[in-house]
Formats: sequence, structure tokens, C-alpha cells
Amino acid sequence: MNMKRVIQYLTMAGLVFAGSLFAFAQKGGDVLIKGATVMTAARGTLENADVLVTNGKIAKVGKGISAPAGVRVIDAAGKYVSPGIIDAHSHSMLDAINEGSIAVSSMTNVGDVLDPRDITIYRALAGGVTTALLLHGSANPIGGQSTTVKFKWGHTVEEFPVAGAPPGIKFALGENVKRSNFTPQPGQTPRYPRTRMGTMEVIRDAFLRARDYKRSWDDFKARKTNVPPRRDLELEPLVEILEGKRLVHAHGYRSDEHYNLLLLADEFGFRIATLQHALEAYKIAPEIAKRGTGASIFADSWSYKLEAYDSIPYNGYILWKNGVVVSINSDSDERMRRLNLDAAKMQKYGGVPEEEALKMITLNPAKQLGIDKRTGSIEQGKDGDLVVWSGHPFSPYSRVEITMIEGDVYFDSAKDVTMRAELAKEREALEKLEMNRAPAAGGTPPRLPSERRSADRDEADRGNNR
Amino acid sequence: MKAKVECKKAKRFIDLCSFVFICGALFSVTAQSDGSQQNQTGRAGTFAITNARIFTVSGAVIENGTVVIQEGRIAAVGAGVSIPGGAERIDGKGLSIYPGMIDAGTNLGLAEIGQGANATLDTAEVGSMNANAKAIKAVNPHTSHVNVTRVNGITSVLSRPTGGIVSGQATLINLNGSTQAEMAVEPIAGLIVNFPRITQGGGGFGGGGGFGGGGQQIDFNEAVKRRDTQIDELKKLFRDAVNYGRAVEAYAKDKTLPAVPTNLGLEALIPYVRGEKTIFFTAERDRDIRAVAKFVGEMKIKGIILGGQEAWKSADELKKNNIPVIYTHIYSLPVREDDPYDSLFEAPAKMHQAGIKFAISTGDQGAEVRDLPYQAGIAGAFGLSREEALKSVTLYPAQILGVGDKMGSIEIGKMANVVVTDGDLLDPRTNVKYLFIEGRLLPLTSRHTELFDSFKERKSSEIIP
Repeated sequence: MNMKRVIQYLTMAGLVFAGSLFAFAQKGGDVLIKGATVMTAARGTLENADVLVTNGKIAKVGKGISAPAGVRVIDAAGKYVSPGIIDAHSHSMLDAINEGSIAVSSMTNVGDVLDPRDITIYRALAGGVTTALLLHGSANPIGGQSTTVKFKWGHTVEEFPVAGAPPGIKFALGENVKRSNFTPQPGQTPRYPRTRMGTMEVIRDAFLRARDYKRSWDDFKARKTNVPPRRDLELEPLVEILEGKRLVHAHGYRSDEHYNLLLLADEFGFRIATLQHALEAYKIAPEIAKRGTGASIFADSWSYKLEAYDSIPYNGYILWKNGVVVSINSDSDERMRRLNLDAAKMQKYGGVPEEEALKMITLNPAKQLGIDKRTGSIEQGKDGDLVVWSGHPFSPYSRVEITMIEGDVYFDSAKDVTMRAELAKEREALEKLEMNRAPAAGGTPPRLPSERRSADRDEADRGNNR
Repeated sequence: MKAKVECKKAKRFIDLCSFVFICGALFSVTAQSDGSQQNQTGRAGTFAITNARIFTVSGAVIENGTVVIQEGRIAAVGAGVSIPGGAERIDGKGLSIYPGMIDAGTNLGLAEIGQGANATLDTAEVGSMNANAKAIKAVNPHTSHVNVTRVNGITSVLSRPTGGIVSGQATLINLNGSTQAEMAVEPIAGLIVNFPRITQGGGGFGGGGGFGGGGQQIDFNEAVKRRDTQIDELKKLFRDAVNYGRAVEAYAKDKTLPAVPTNLGLEALIPYVRGEKTIFFTAERDRDIRAVAKFVGEMKIKGIILGGQEAWKSADELKKNNIPVIYTHIYSLPVREDDPYDSLFEAPAKMHQAGIKFAISTGDQGAEVRDLPYQAGIAGAFGLSREEALKSVTLYPAQILGVGDKMGSIEIGKMANVVVTDGDLLDPRTNVKYLFIEGRLLPLTSRHTELFDSFKERKSSEIIP
């Protein structure tokens, strides 16, 4: 590459970067939304109401609020406002999902592989999603550590994790864990466990080791021993679970195996924060409710694999009726964009009331992730994480107009349209560069950018990543 | 829990039981006859749904009217129709009547469980040229997907094979019936061809991670050559079929000519290469769709695009060659990183503006076909009018499949595939209240309602210390 080309390239790259920052990350944090139907997801729906956000926090919700000097006013007459949607199961932004080589991969953390330029972030914002739990894959009984982020598109990666959110970890049970859909290559040793029996033993063994490890540290701290134990990065997160400091999000389908995990948690004295997928949770709803465990489910996916065959769309209703905190997740960069319609289905299947259905994509996932003090509903003092919809968010004919996080606009449908011309121009300029010459003219075509990450996923995550 | 205290004998018995149970479970998956759902084929009769809002689709909305269903057909529609004596009356006050929806791009009945139960998958045959494979011979009338789908208002689907280049022949079925024959509307509804396209292979990724992707990447020019070779092979196959047909006909007239040994693959192709029946070409990108249009023009055949991500860009060629589109990408992510976030939501509106005949389909294997109305609804949020959105899952697919005279709207004489709802058909909050297929009033039950009923009142017997 000659120097001229390098300069051309750097100039273009710089333009792309500056453009994305300028266009999306409108700083400010002060805004007044006027005259909307405000669905608070906590205190009912207010007609013709205003929401004032100052310094990123909801300062006031009510009627006839006037804007302080210099605060942007969004006229939302005839429109709807909801809290930002929270997806309690996503693999967006992750450059790697599964550390599948070992049965206990608790030393890994998906927070180490976040890609803040992942376009799925922007697409999620365009579907009204502001916050997500990013989870490790489901290849291991005890998987990697998770992270809770807000989709602050255009910002540096350090600004994504939600401050103060409790740490989490992925557990998994069933088909993926026992690698039932994958045949080991010749010469490859199958990984233990290979059955649901082995899966439970792997988890029990890990917690017994964690308990011993914790005791050795407790003894050292109490000066019963003189030599500090060697740090164990596999067991440290498990000690945090035993101490109630780390949330367990447990992937599973069949009710019997989720129930076995609940019993194991009883035995070791901790609470499972959420059962993930939990498509058969309706069969053990009272047992789940009794333990204060949440369920993070698909609205109505089923039949895509054997253990999803007893999944029913009434799952959410039965769990809700039993008092379980239910959230509806996507586990998919595609589905994440339409969680509002998934919540709407809860009204149809069983008859979950409107506000309770809305909570399943806002306040309830916030509760499950331990961030409900700051987000998840439209209440004074909470973060200004808000979505302005063209109509009722449960109507298929509605679309997101504005998505904001802490009072800053991260998606604006009107602005998006004006951006397209700029993008097209930029693309044209890039395509003209010699290094980007068309294949027909002898150049090497770039790989599809969108291919990069989807192919990066481990086999356990293929087939819609479930 | 109790098993713990039981004796060894009992344990052996339990082992035996679990073996039997596993076998039973396997059988229930492979055989997949959802026993409880058999013979739920409803009842025939004369029905009059009165005082309802009627979305005829083919004409204006009738605000307060009656639909009469008799002998499997729609016998009367309108505000002041006379109700035949003995008709069963259904009060439609506050309800809406719609034609049943049609999904023109599924594999419903050919695939029960996507992963981990290969015995339930019958979508793709071995080999690349399988014109004689017929979906109607493999559709399982008792798949649980049938009831789950129809109770959401979808009454008919095109079910199609998927593999190779020439996948086989699709079937148009109603979602009711105990045999394939009872379900069939058009047992042979068209040929599926995965039109050769430029692929560079790979499927792996550049860096990072640790799991290798599929095959090796090939050079772009090499990929173009390979595509061209495949198209040439396809053309040759089609010409062989034309010649085969001539030879068979010639021999039928004149037995002194050499007899033609039967070739099932070529025989199946005859009506398609003669342009008598329609070929569905799967194609997504503009350049591939244009290649299909060229192929259709050159070979003088009847074609439909299935997939159609970028079909709106190829409007001129599609219209010139009279090619409609069955669009299956509402639930897909935009193809390129810099495509507008709503490019695939907006595609139906753009096709409509460009004057392309199109239908919206889920393109799903079966389980998610019930989302068809919501997919059309989303298109309605992104530029398509609500009327057009409704047509794109009712009348338009019927017309594209060549059965527009039989179904797809509420009109006298049409097959009584009728859905009665308590709200907008395309809204996920709406409930189906009554469902008719070929005039049979069907129970609104499915595997899902049955499991719901079994567990909704369950109380726990658990005692935790």
C-alpha cells in the first residue's frame, strides 16, 4: 500500500467515525416530551401527559409541565411513550459467545469481548431497546460471566456497562450442555458431561469446591492459617454466588432439570436469579414462585428443537398468575427489534393485563437484573430511558420514532432518513478507492461485514442462538 | 424423591420403565401423530354469521353484514342477505370477518422439530435435481403445527421442499384434514428451484474466536464461473425435459419410433418447461433476481420469486417478465451493515410502489407460521397501507398461487376459509373467535391449548423445610 492510499484510507475511516459520533450521540440529557400517552409500566397509563428529563434523570411526570430554558421539547401529541425496553437475554456486541472447551468456564467474562461498533446495537435501538443482559453461550453447565449494558451507540466501550448493576453468570442445562446435537470429530474426546445426570454432578462438584475454597479464605482472613490460598479464577465467581453477590441466569428448557437446579441452589443456600428460556416453567410455576426466582422467556417460540416441543405461549400467563416475575427476551439480534409485539402476545395468550405485559419487557427484566432502582419504568428519579412510539407499542402498525438513554437521543427515525443520503455518498466515495475496486475490475471483494459475527458463533448458538 | 426409599427390585422396574419411556418418547417424536389432535376436523353445516364487520378484501368493508356458509362455500355476503332456514346463527356483533390467511412459502408439515429429531425432517432430498419429489407425499396431516397455525387465522399454506438446485414440487394445502388428499387444494402447486447464485463459500470468519467456519473461500471470478456453469446445467436439464416430452409424445403417436425409457425427473419437469405450470425460484439479491428474470424470459416459462430481499430493485425486469414475488424477510436482519435498519420492513411498500405483484410469507418451517399476520402488520408500519398489508396475506398469495378464483377473499362461491375475530386480524392482541376451513367449523384447540389446560391450575405438593 503506498502512502497516498494510506492517507486516503485514514481520511475515510476518520469521516466514518466522526459521522457516527456526530449523528447519534446527541449529548445533553435534558428533554421534555409533551402531550403523549405515557405508559409508565408502574403507575398506569397517563393520557395527554408530559415527561421531563433533566441531567439524564426523570424529573417530573404529569400534565402541563413547562420546559426549563434551553431544554428541547418533543411534541408527542397523538404518540405513545414507554420506558426503554430491556432485553434480559442477548448476545449482541459479543465477539465470542461460548468458551465451549470446558464444562465450567466461570473464569471467562463476555465483558472482555464487547464490540461497541456492532450494528445490531443501532438496530436494537431502532426497536426501542435501551438495555440488555449480554450472556455467555449455553455450551457449559457453568458458563462465563455476563454483563449488563445500555446501548450507548457511538460511545466508547467503557460507557456501555450499567454502573452498579450486580454481576451475573450464565448456567446452562440440557441439549446444548450435553452436546447432544454435535458429534465429536474422530480423535476428539467427548467432553464431560454427556447426560443430564453428569450435568448436575458438574455443578454440584463445582459448588463443593467453591465452598472449600471460600472456607480456606475465611480461615486465612480469620488468621487460622498463615499462607494465603492460591487465587482460583474459576471458583471466585462461584463464591460470589454463595455469598449472594452474583446473579445466576440459568438456561434450560425442561422443567425437571430447572427444578433440579432450584433444589441444588436450595442445598447450597443461594437463589437463582432467572431461569432463561424456561419454556416449560409453566409446569413448575409454584415451585419457581416460592423461591423468588424470575423467568426470562420467549413469548411463543417452540418446536425448533426437541426440548422446546412442550413450549406454549401461555407460559408467561401461568407464571405471572403464580406470582413469578416474568420477562420476555429475544436471544436474537433480529427478534430484539420487535419485543414490543412479543409483549403484546401476552395479552392474547391467557389475558395478561396490558400494563403487566408491558412490564415483561421493561420493569420486570430490570428487577431480574437488579437495576430496577434506576430504570425499567417511567417514575421520578429514574434514568430517562424512554421510547417515543408513533402509536400504541403493542400495535403492529406502530414504529419507534425516538429512543433515548438517560435523556440523550440515540435513535431518531427522522434523522435516520436524512443520514441515508450521507451514508450513500460515503459509500460511493469508498467504493471509488482503488483498494475497494470492484471484483469485475480485478479487485478482491470485501467479505460481507454482516457475515463476520454471525459465523463467529459456536455451534451451540447456531440456529437462532437458542 | 419417593424412589429413594424403594427396594432394588423397584429400581430395576424403574429402569425398565424409563427405558420404555424413552422408547415411547422417541416414538412419539418420530411418528409424530399428536394423538389428541386427530379427528379434530370440525363439523360441516350451514352457518350464518350476522351483524359483523366484513373485510371482503376484494371489495369494500361491509360495516354490518352477514356471511352465509353452505356446503363448504361462501353462499352469501352482504348487509341484507336472507338466511337459509335451518342455518346455525352466529352472532357476530362486535366481531370482524376475514378470509383465512395464506402463507405461500412454508415447509409446514415437512418439518416437526428443527434440531435433534432428524426423523421428523422431510424437507431436503439427496442430490441436486429432484423435480419428481413431491411435498404432498410427505406432509404430515397430524403435525401439531397444523392446529397451532390455524387457530391464529392461517387457513392454507404452500409447503415446499428445500434442497439442492431443483428441490421438488410444492403443495398448497388447507390446514385441516385427516389425509393428505383431504388437505390438498392444489396437490402439485409448483416446482421449487434454488436458482444458482454467486457464493464464495467459506462461512467462516476472518479473525478472533476459535471455531472454524465451513468450507474454503473461493475467488469472486471463480464463483461467477461456477454460478454460470450451474445455470448452464439447469438450462440443459430443462431442454432435456422439453426433448423428453417431445419424444414421449412422438412415441405415443407412432409406435415404430424408439420407446422412451421413463425418466421420473424429466417427466416431472414437462409441464414446467412448457410454461404450463409455475416455477418458484428462490433468489434474494438484485443481480440474482435479474438473472432469474432473464432465465424465465429465455426459457419461456412461468416464474415466481421466493425470498425477494431486494426484489423492489429489480422491478423493471420482474414486471417485463410477469414475475410476482413471495417475500419472506420481515423477520430478517438487513443484509449489509450499512443497509437502513428498516430496509427489509420497507421492502413490501417499495414493491407495491414499483407495481410488483407480491405476497408476504413467513418462509418458516412450520412452528412460526402463525406469526404471518404480525409480519404483514409490520410491513403496514413501514409504508404499506393496512389494506395492502391485509391483501398481502390473503388475496395476493391466492392470486400468485393461481387460486385467486377459489380463495383469498370473502366472495360468493369461494371456498369458505373464514376467520372471525374480535379485532384487527394483523394485531397480536386480537383473538380468533370462530374458524372455518372449507365450511367446517373447527375447534380452537391445539397442542398449546391442551398443555395450557393441563397445567394452568396446577398446585405444588412440594414441602420445603
